[in-house]
Amino acid sequence: MLSQASSVNRVYWLIVAPAIVMLVLFYFVPLGQVLLTSVTDPKPGLGNYALLFTSAAIHKTLLTTVRIAAITTGLALVLGYAVAYAMRAATSQRQRLMLFCVLLPFWISVLVRSFAWLTILGPQGPINAGLMGLGLVDEPIALSRNETGVLIAMVHVMLPYAILTLYANMRGIDVGLVSAARSLGASRFQAFRMVFLPLTRPGLIGAASLVFILSLGFYVTPAILGGGKVMMVAQYTAFQINETMRWGLGTMLAAALMIAVLGTLWALSRVIDVKRLFSA
Amino acid sequence: MSNGTPEPLVRFINVRKSYDGKADAVRALNLDVETGEFLTLLGPSGSGKTTTLTMLAGFEQPTEGRIFVGGADVTRVPVEKRGIGMVFQNYALFPNMTVGENIAFPLTVRRTPRAEIAAKVARALSMVRLDGLADRRPQQLSGGQQQRVAVARALVFEPRLVLLDEPLGALDRQLREQMQYELKHLHARLGVTMVYVTHDQIEAMTMSDRVAVFSTGQLRQVAPPRLLYEAPESLFVAQFLGESNTLPGTIARLSGSECSVTLADGTTVIATAVGACAAGTAVNVAVRPEKMVLGAAAAACANKVQATLLEVSFLGDQLRLRLGAFGREDIVVKLANGAGQETLDPGAVLTIGWHAGDCRALAS
Repeated sequence: MLSQASSVNRVYWLIVAPAIVMLVLFYFVPLGQVLLTSVTDPKPGLGNYALLFTSAAIHKTLLTTVRIAAITTGLALVLGYAVAYAMRAATSQRQRLMLFCVLLPFWISVLVRSFAWLTILGPQGPINAGLMGLGLVDEPIALSRNETGVLIAMVHVMLPYAILTLYANMRGIDVGLVSAARSLGASRFQAFRMVFLPLTRPGLIGAASLVFILSLGFYVTPAILGGGKVMMVAQYTAFQINETMRWGLGTMLAAALMIAVLGTLWALSRVIDVKRLFSA
Repeated sequence: MSNGTPEPLVRFINVRKSYDGKADAVRALNLDVETGEFLTLLGPSGSGKTTTLTMLAGFEQPTEGRIFVGGADVTRVPVEKRGIGMVFQNYALFPNMTVGENIAFPLTVRRTPRAEIAAKVARALSMVRLDGLADRRPQQLSGGQQQRVAVARALVFEPRLVLLDEPLGALDRQLREQMQYELKHLHARLGVTMVYVTHDQIEAMTMSDRVAVFSTGQLRQVAPPRLLYEAPESLFVAQFLGESNTLPGTIARLSGSECSVTLADGTTVIATAVGACAAGTAVNVAVRPEKMVLGAAAAACANKVQATLLEVSFLGDQLRLRLGAFGREDIVVKLANGAGQETLDPGAVLTIGWHAGDCRALAS
């Protein structure tokens, strides 16, 4: 029995071995190199990390990153909550149609979607043309190549993540509870605020952390819609490595970003069961 | 109106409900619920009993007709404005609140002062014998305890009407019987009007002042349990509630409430005519198995017939006999297993008899 169990074990390891080798070679080794570079280039020590506290340019970038990620999270949560709520209440046939529409953007590359937004929000784009046609504005308003454009496009990219997380959570809530609240004298709003909303708390926390974490590392969308004026950490990192060749600074920023993400997840795990959150 | 109150607490007038515009879930419903009574809506699933309760609660609106509560038309009044307490089958306790907060909920949404809430919650908890459990989460309680919390929550704001939708369905038999007793006790003590939905006829008979029997969207009969059992007005009620021997036949002669019915095999039986009957009407004669007697007692009955004993089942406190008579082989007689009960063997020819008053000719 024992030898049989251990031979089964060996087969099991044999099967997963290629995947582990891949992961180590192409993920952990480069990651280690990144971390190593951040403390060795241009000279050994924590000099690069000291810049986090001293460099005004980095402060500005970090502030921009956190601000954009936070606003994106807030907007995606509010809009996503409304969509998920509507999906939950819809008939199963309409539910499937809505789910399809939510998933549709996933099939289109973020790059394509970003350029599409650039066209839509541009000075000659349909939105400005419409506004001017209606006589609401005299000249095109700046919707792209600034933070507004970045936010619009990022919320669009993040919305499906927020919707799906919230929807999974809401589907697990017994609708009978809201009915029960109403029958006991609660108005529609009271039933929502006192019963439904508290029960969606795990979904809200999950969606918020997922969107916030993904937003922190966003590169393509801010790079294209920001028009070089909105600098988030990922783009700043790429700029250090590609343009100024300051590998130490670039890798330090990448490492700092990673630590920030892991830190967020850790802080989250103190409050709720993270594993259950993302498998929901 | 049976207990002399001037106006019923609840009144359904010509209520019809259709969910899809084609089939009626409930139709032509006229029903009064008297103040202070315990009324049970009884019927198989899909009979319309739950739809009726749902409309009274306000979750659904009637397609036609009107509903009055305490003399006021509530047909279009939203759920939360009706002030009706409700207990659900799956308890529907709020998992994000403690037991105390759950019970306080109806008071909290009504903006009752905090001190008053605390006092009322404490009283409600002791009423359902859950003192000291206010700070627990509902998930930490047993099924029976959870249902008690749900009952306390439905009663805490002192509604004049409480609706219970199969509240004991999820409990095991022993607990269910205990809860039946407790609910009945609460009802007697508080004097609150209760409308109870169940598909369990024993539960309906045990607890109710009156039972309303539903089938296929129609109210068949409303009566106190005993009357419903002894004097069913339709074949459905006679068969749904308890057991009945039903013999198809035609009314030959009608005199007052008595009629003589010619059965399929040509025999004539004397029965109580129910409803609008005339000579020539096709009827089903219904006799309860325990109303049939054997031997000497049968000789004194208006109806008697020679029957062959086919099968005897011994059920402890009673004997269940299957006999052949009237050209049928499904006549059931129940005998209480009393002192000196003699042994009966299949094949014996016996005289069975019953009184005309225990036998009802129901139009089919």
